[in-house]
Amino acid sequence: MLIETERIGPNLIVRVDGELDLVTSPLFREKVENKLNQYEIIKHLILDLKKVNFIDSSGLGAILGRFKRLSQQGGRLSAVNVSPQVRRIFELSGLLKIMEIYNDRQQALNS
Amino acid sequence: MVDNYIKYEFPSLPQNVGLARTVTAAFAAQLEFNLAEVEEIRVAVSEAVSNCVIHGYSGKTGIVQLELAVIKDALVITIRDFGKGIADIVQAKQATFSTDPERMGLGLVFMESFMDRLEILSKPGEGTTVIMKKHPERGFANVGISRNC
Repeated sequence: MLIETERIGPNLIVRVDGELDLVTSPLFREKVENKLNQYEIIKHLILDLKKVNFIDSSGLGAILGRFKRLSQQGGRLSAVNVSPQVRRIFELSGLLKIMEIYNDRQQALNS
Repeated sequence: MVDNYIKYEFPSLPQNVGLARTVTAAFAAQLEFNLAEVEEIRVAVSEAVSNCVIHGYSGKTGIVQLELAVIKDALVITIRDFGKGIADIVQAKQATFSTDPERMGLGLVFMESFMDRLEILSKPGEGTTVIMKKHPERGFANVGISRNC
């Protein structure tokens, strides 16, 4: 799995490439937490899930954990390039109640 | 179709969760599951094996058994650990019940939603066995057509 991060002003874009499960979720958590610690001004976490072909409750837990932290700082969470399978898991889990889904990065950045 | 089965045994290491998903998807290919159904099976297996790693053995390494079978055109998946077991299965099935704040407690919910049947057998101190069953939707349609012929 590959995780790339890019900060644009108060936005942190995290591109995940691979499967978000029990093995990779701790890596995701660590990488995103490091960035949130490094840049306290971040108010918007944008997950680019174009290359995510699998997610289970371990992955959802890692996303939810970051949302909890961000929302305490007054921030919000979005996802872009979400596949139908991943979207269905988001729906079933109730994560869509706390997360906006946009078609692409630009749309999320403009939101 | 001749009934078929395969049995695997592996240590409860996180990296084996992905392996369990992959071998199950490969085994399931002999039935006519569509892509969405295979995805559902992958999630259900991932949740069940993750539970063995996280809850069954709580980070210690134990043995996980994965048995895959085709029985009467259905996929039957049995996942067994010999860990600490579940004291209260009804409580464990509730969506928000999780013993870890970083987790969502959704594993059993996904297993129940994505499979046709879910059975959990557990005794504290002896381990947990999860049995899941799924029919391909198309398989049912084929049965209907052959009956009409």
